Amino acid sequence: MKKAAYRLKLYVAGTTPKSLEAFANLKKICEEYLKGQYSIEVIDLIKNPKLAKGDQIIAIPTLVRHLPEPIKKIIGDLSNKEKVLVGLNIINKG
Amino acid sequence: MAKSKSVLGVGRVMPELPKVMTGIQGLDEITFGGLPKGRPTLVCGGPGCGKTLLAMEFLCRGALQYNEPGVFIAFEEKEKDLEENFASLGFDLKSLVKHKKLVIDYVYIERSEIEETGEYDLEGLFVRLAAAIDSIGAKRVVLDTIEALFSGFSNESILRAELRRLFRWLKDKGVTAVITGEKGESLLTKHGLEEYVADCVILLDHRTVNQIATRRLKIIKYRGSKHGTNEFPFLIGETGISVFPMTSLLLSSTVSSRRISSGIKSLDEMLGNKGYYRGSTILVSGSAGSGKTSFGAKFVDAVCETGERALYLAFEEPEDQLSRNMKSIGIDLKKWIDKGLLKINANRATLCGLEMHLVMAHNAVRDFKPSVVVIDPITTLIGAGMADEAKAMMARLLDYLRNEGITVLATDLSLGSTHGDSAEIGISSLCDTWIRLSMETQGYRRMRRLSIIKSRGMKHAHDTKDFMITDNGLEMKDIPGRKEDLR
Repeated sequence: MKKAAYRLKLYVAGTTPKSLEAFANLKKICEEYLKGQYSIEVIDLIKNPKLAKGDQIIAIPTLVRHLPEPIKKIIGDLSNKEKVLVGLNIINKG
Repeated sequence: MAKSKSVLGVGRVMPELPKVMTGIQGLDEITFGGLPKGRPTLVCGGPGCGKTLLAMEFLCRGALQYNEPGVFIAFEEKEKDLEENFASLGFDLKSLVKHKKLVIDYVYIERSEIEETGEYDLEGLFVRLAAAIDSIGAKRVVLDTIEALFSGFSNESILRAELRRLFRWLKDKGVTAVITGEKGESLLTKHGLEEYVADCVILLDHRTVNQIATRRLKIIKYRGSKHGTNEFPFLIGETGISVFPMTSLLLSSTVSSRRISSGIKSLDEMLGNKGYYRGSTILVSGSAGSGKTSFGAKFVDAVCETGERALYLAFEEPEDQLSRNMKSIGIDLKKWIDKGLLKINANRATLCGLEMHLVMAHNAVRDFKPSVVVIDPITTLIGAGMADEAKAMMARLLDYLRNEGITVLATDLSLGSTHGDSAEIGISSLCDTWIRLSMETQGYRRMRRLSIIKSRGMKHAHDTKDFMITDNGLEMKDIPGRKEDLR
């Protein structure tokens, strides 16, 4: 497990079941593995379409790990815990 | 534009399907008015065939000529690269962006940076597209190339469903879209985009035959509209794409009975005392060194003398050499060039494919509006293409010029000079007047001879004459010892 703080952004488009589910899944994983060392910012592209460009968002929902570097992206509803953990480099592959 | 209307009647009301003009030279003619309005059009082809250019030109011309702002979603090139690439073609993308006529959005997809878990959709793309469209009130949209999505996302079923939704969404938005796609092996595009974009499909092709590359464009389908079905050669020139439209080549040109002087008094006398018909095609054939170029130059000289414009397409000599050589026989071409009456376009025939030459000739004629065109020589041009297609191409060019009412003088190097009646690839049948120059050896001297083999619709001399190139130009004389006039 890494010691550095995790800065996460979750991009959604409106309050859809998929985005709610993604947020819930993310919250659960973070609480379990990163308690106290993470921040989640939820960005609604419907309200702020311009923000899509910065992180090159195409798919929704997209989770972007800004810190620690390098930037990582995970798309989908984050239902597969293993994949999310690997994607965020919280646990190593295999 | 005005010209294309007069040729095809693009301006006529077509009840079929609303269209938007692309503004791309020639394309609006072969599509009979442009792309289907409010629907997506697929432009596909191999790498480097001009897809991005066609798409971008569609937006630029839309913004500049038809006041329809456009959105360019680039999956492959960055904004800056696009700006630089298109600056060389005279499109100032920066200024278009500044004036809110164009939005370029570079979408970057890197598979290695993306992990997929569970269900997702491409709403982010939709949001970006919608924001871009709404920010300038865009009427035109380009997605170049949307297939990049396939390399970015692994879940193909989601992707396909989303693409279907995207094209439906574009239609609902009422924007005219151009989608580009890379050519696939068995399908038109690698990922079968043609399945979704079914209204209009344009295929671009860039092939090399005999080491000479030619670009071609073909409209594969156009739902609800007629369209040209042939392959049309096109050119990427200084101002973008030019398609050489052959649909405009109908055998319906108006025939003129006015005459135009050949520039050689004694030749005019042989042609019923008046010279060539205006708008006719004249072929001057002869062996090497028989004076064909002088013939063409003299004609041009006479035309400019009357204040009309002439275009000289030289395929063997550069401009300077041509004017120097003609000066030696008393023809000052430089004078006419300076006055703007004469334009010499000198290109090596092997510079590019025949189609390209045709498009260049076509563009030169359109821009310069000459009343006379000299092609010197037409034979080397044929060397630039395959023999059989060369004839068809030549016929197209000559027909085009005839339609425009332009008098054409083409020179032809006949190789087998002894039996030159079978002129190269049968161009002679396309010509109205055929003059043959030949060299005869008498003792130790070589003499030039001239005879008129045919001249449609006029009385002409049937006897072979002596043909002299002197310091003061060209002259025809009876062959000494044969005083009989056979006329």
